[in-house]
Amino acid sequence: MEIFLQQLINGVTLGSIYGLIAIGYTMVFGIIGMVNFAHGDVFMLSAFIALLLLLLLTQVLGLPAGLAFVPVLFGAMCLTALWNFVIERVAYRRLRGSFRLAPLISAIGMSTFLANFVTVTQGPNNKSIPPLLDHIIPLTTGGAYDVTLSYKQILIVVVTAILLAAFWFVVQKTSLGRAQRACEQDAKMASLLGVDVNRTIALTFVIGAALAAVAGCLFLLQYGVVKSSDGFVPGVKAFTAAVLGGIGSLPGAVLGGLAIGLIETLWGQYFSSDYKDVAAFSILAITLIFMPSGLLGRPDVEKV
Amino acid sequence: MTAPRWIAEPLLRVDRLTMRFGGLVAVNDVSFSVGRGDVTALIGPNGAGKTTLFNCLTGFYKPTVGRIAFSQKGLQDDSRIEALTASSRRYSRDGGEDLFLLERMPDYEIARKAKVARTFQNIRLFAGMSALENLIVAQHVALTPASGYGLFGLLGLPIYRRAEQAAVAKAQRWLERIGLRDRADDPAGALPYGDQRRLEIARAMCAEPSLLCLDEPAAGLNGHESAELAQLLREIRDIDCASILLIEHDMSVVMAISDHIVVLDYGQKIADGAPEQVREDPAVIAAYLGVEEAEADAVESALGMEEQK
Amino acid sequence: MSAPQPLLSRAFKEASLAAVIVGGLSYPIIAFRAEPDFNNALALTSRWPLFFIFCGLGFGLRFLLTLWSGRPKAARGEAALALEKPGATSKNRWLAPLGLAALIAYPIVILVVLGPQAALKWVDTFGVQILLYILLGWGLNIAVGLAGLLDLGYAAFYAVGAYAYALLVPLTGLSFWALLPICGLLAAFWGFCIGFPVLRLRGDYLAIVTLAFAEIVRIVLVNWDVVTHGEAGLFGFPPVTFFGLPFIPGPRGFAAHFGLPFAAVHKLIFLYFVVLALALLANFVSIRLRRLPLGRAWEALREDEIACRALGLDTANIKLTAFALGAFFAGIAGCIFALRQGVVSPSSFTFNESATILAIVVLGGRGSQWGVALAAVLIVGASELLRELSFLKAIFGPDFDPAQYRMLLVGLAMVAMMNFRPRGIVSARQPTITLPPVGGRA
Repeated sequence: MEIFLQQLINGVTLGSIYGLIAIGYTMVFGIIGMVNFAHGDVFMLSAFIALLLLLLLTQVLGLPAGLAFVPVLFGAMCLTALWNFVIERVAYRRLRGSFRLAPLISAIGMSTFLANFVTVTQGPNNKSIPPLLDHIIPLTTGGAYDVTLSYKQILIVVVTAILLAAFWFVVQKTSLGRAQRACEQDAKMASLLGVDVNRTIALTFVIGAALAAVAGCLFLLQYGVVKSSDGFVPGVKAFTAAVLGGIGSLPGAVLGGLAIGLIETLWGQYFSSDYKDVAAFSILAITLIFMPSGLLGRPDVEKV
Repeated sequence: MTAPRWIAEPLLRVDRLTMRFGGLVAVNDVSFSVGRGDVTALIGPNGAGKTTLFNCLTGFYKPTVGRIAFSQKGLQDDSRIEALTASSRRYSRDGGEDLFLLERMPDYEIARKAKVARTFQNIRLFAGMSALENLIVAQHVALTPASGYGLFGLLGLPIYRRAEQAAVAKAQRWLERIGLRDRADDPAGALPYGDQRRLEIARAMCAEPSLLCLDEPAAGLNGHESAELAQLLREIRDIDCASILLIEHDMSVVMAISDHIVVLDYGQKIADGAPEQVREDPAVIAAYLGVEEAEADAVESALGMEEQK
Repeated sequence: MSAPQPLLSRAFKEASLAAVIVGGLSYPIIAFRAEPDFNNALALTSRWPLFFIFCGLGFGLRFLLTLWSGRPKAARGEAALALEKPGATSKNRWLAPLGLAALIAYPIVILVVLGPQAALKWVDTFGVQILLYILLGWGLNIAVGLAGLLDLGYAAFYAVGAYAYALLVPLTGLSFWALLPICGLLAAFWGFCIGFPVLRLRGDYLAIVTLAFAEIVRIVLVNWDVVTHGEAGLFGFPPVTFFGLPFIPGPRGFAAHFGLPFAAVHKLIFLYFVVLALALLANFVSIRLRRLPLGRAWEALREDEIACRALGLDTANIKLTAFALGAFFAGIAGCIFALRQGVVSPSSFTFNESATILAIVVLGGRGSQWGVALAAVLIVGASELLRELSFLKAIFGPDFDPAQYRMLLVGLAMVAMMNFRPRGIVSARQPTITLPPVGGRA
């Protein structure tokens, strides 16, 4: 029971991170119908940017790690957003009228490029930072197994919740959100009605990257280690979360993220940690094959 | 006066067909039949459910409720339809008399077995392939057994070469009929719009359909091209002996070639009959006048033209 | 007359902006590198010169680009026209036999010119390896290029072939020639099983599901120690023989039998011709099938699936054949891979491998046999060739390994291709059947 509770906490933490990445997938898919394959690598890149910024602030400027966290988060969000802005401009914008698989192929190319770009510039090995914020709160004591909740985990869940609320507000209440929903429905019509489609899509990529950067920082905080191949598997898992939740649906992305996080930790605990990735990949395949609209998505009627 | 052909000799019968998308009822309890050898026009204002009905007929959508019975030789025997409906089968072929329940069949089977071919509102040619190849692909179902499912063809056996020559000859005849002989080897996507429309019809005809379904074949054509199209459709009916069901907004085409008109509005059938009957039907005139001016004008001018004759 | 002045200043402004953006992109990631120090804690080393080189490149390229695109219209029109002139197609008839002759002569020429020792690398890396990728490219081309099914898990079928060989050799004692078709068929069977549920899906979902399946296969290969020996992989299966004659020194070997001095390269030359023959078989099958109903149906499917269904084509079966046939050639390639490498481990069948083969097909021009072969030579050959150039090490330092840059360039090339030449290097498509000219009929 204690172990289950502990894994539940770990699962929610991990799921929050997946959920943040999944939003990037789901938004881009919603607005231009494209699987943004490179998004996982954008996440990995953001974790590297955060790592370097953290080292800069703590080693060069001598700030304490706790104080450095906020500027690191902010800096990583801005720089990752700039990256994704440029990526959209360079790799995807021209392809909107191309054949239907062109954006996906381009995104695969971009993903390959990003992963190897980081390998070449930062080396292929694990980069680990000393643990930050490692206070823990014991929830149960005296049993065979002590359930703990760390400050990090609280911080991760709180940051995720606040960002989601803010983000939900943006999409529901602001003109940007309205423009996004208009582009989702019919980009050509939206542009005729004066919505700047290019700007809206670019902003979608920027927001997606900023959220991925938050996920990157939280990932670094929680696990303390990152390497250049870390974009692929978390990326696919976050995409799984988006698909499971119903691609195009924002609450679905978060729900899917939590589900994948929980399934992964519980599977790892009770079945086999060697095969924990198999769980996520199987869910991806099964969802796409049997319920492609996911938990909260709208069914998609084939246009003839 | 004898009964019209769609009553006496129907080829397709749609019974109480309803199609819902969530809360939206796109086609509501529609029944009509299509006569063998007729040109039947399905008309109605935009959003009346015509294309949805088409998609149900050709298997792209599964209707929510309703029956679509089809027989290449004509639906004479109601008891056979009832018997097949009561069974769980999709079609029966006993005694050389085939009978299909299209609502139970997947799209490709409708084209392959029941021989219902169709075109699309937004032309769907194989744009990167040549005009000739488009017409050869249409004969895939006939050519595949002759190619020994690829094996004879892979070995280059004469049985396949002869079959292919026949297919090419047929394609060439159609290219000549639609005036595209010289552009046979050009990519279909590079042809002018009107040629693409005609090529799509020729492609459907190369599948040797007994019912040809055309979704707005005259859309985007100029007056001259529309007249050519009407001529082509008449030839298909008279020479190739295919029945035609078409959705069309261009009333000059509809009135020029239709033997039978079915009118839909808001998913419901509001009129059904011979052209001269339908054009005087007050419900039809109201539907057009009430819904969209441009189309009402088109109807009025077409009707006016007819009355002056 | 006053045009050049604003153009220059505009170019300068845009180039400055580009430099700032490149600076933002590369600020921490290029300007610093984090490496563990003696205490195993990360320490930063700065690389400001590199950072400024990148900013400068951004500035320079943008500057030239703006000047280039701001030229007077007339000059540009001429350039475009010059590009559009069609090449002489009648010469293509000689291309295939010449290419084939060159391919057959290649290992022998290499052997004669370089001698048996130096020829090893050239026959193996530049011969067998490139041909293997051409075979894989032609196989994947059936699914991606002809049928338009984006298969991101092609390496899984490659792995099935390789592991099938490695596992079946000790189990059955069959020879390479008997196992070759078995490996192919096993991979095709896998293609069939994986393809069956996924082929209803829309194109991009299909791509992702194939990726998921391939990853599952790889994870199983890593973890199923009892059978696959995990990361270490399988090895120790018998080496290739020349129809029973082993490539060993001594009286019972291949060299002695034909009265040649023993050389290790003989084995590789034999392997080279085996791969060449199989690649040609794949090529023959693809070219033939393109002219048959099945192949035309694949291409029609790529162009418009809905229209295919309206014409009575059973799209699920047609997709399945493309998928399974592609997998078949991957299985065969896997078998050869096992034979050449002598060891089969999961690290050879990662997503990067799938991505490389996909890049070969995408760069070559989806559907073009020549293009795929050319792209395989470019992608595999070029990065190996870079490794040979020792002066690069002198410039970039002793740690410089061009192979690291291979995937980086492959990724960039895919992006560039999609943006500028979405139909690939060889983009002209020849119809599979033509009518005789009108005059010829009379």
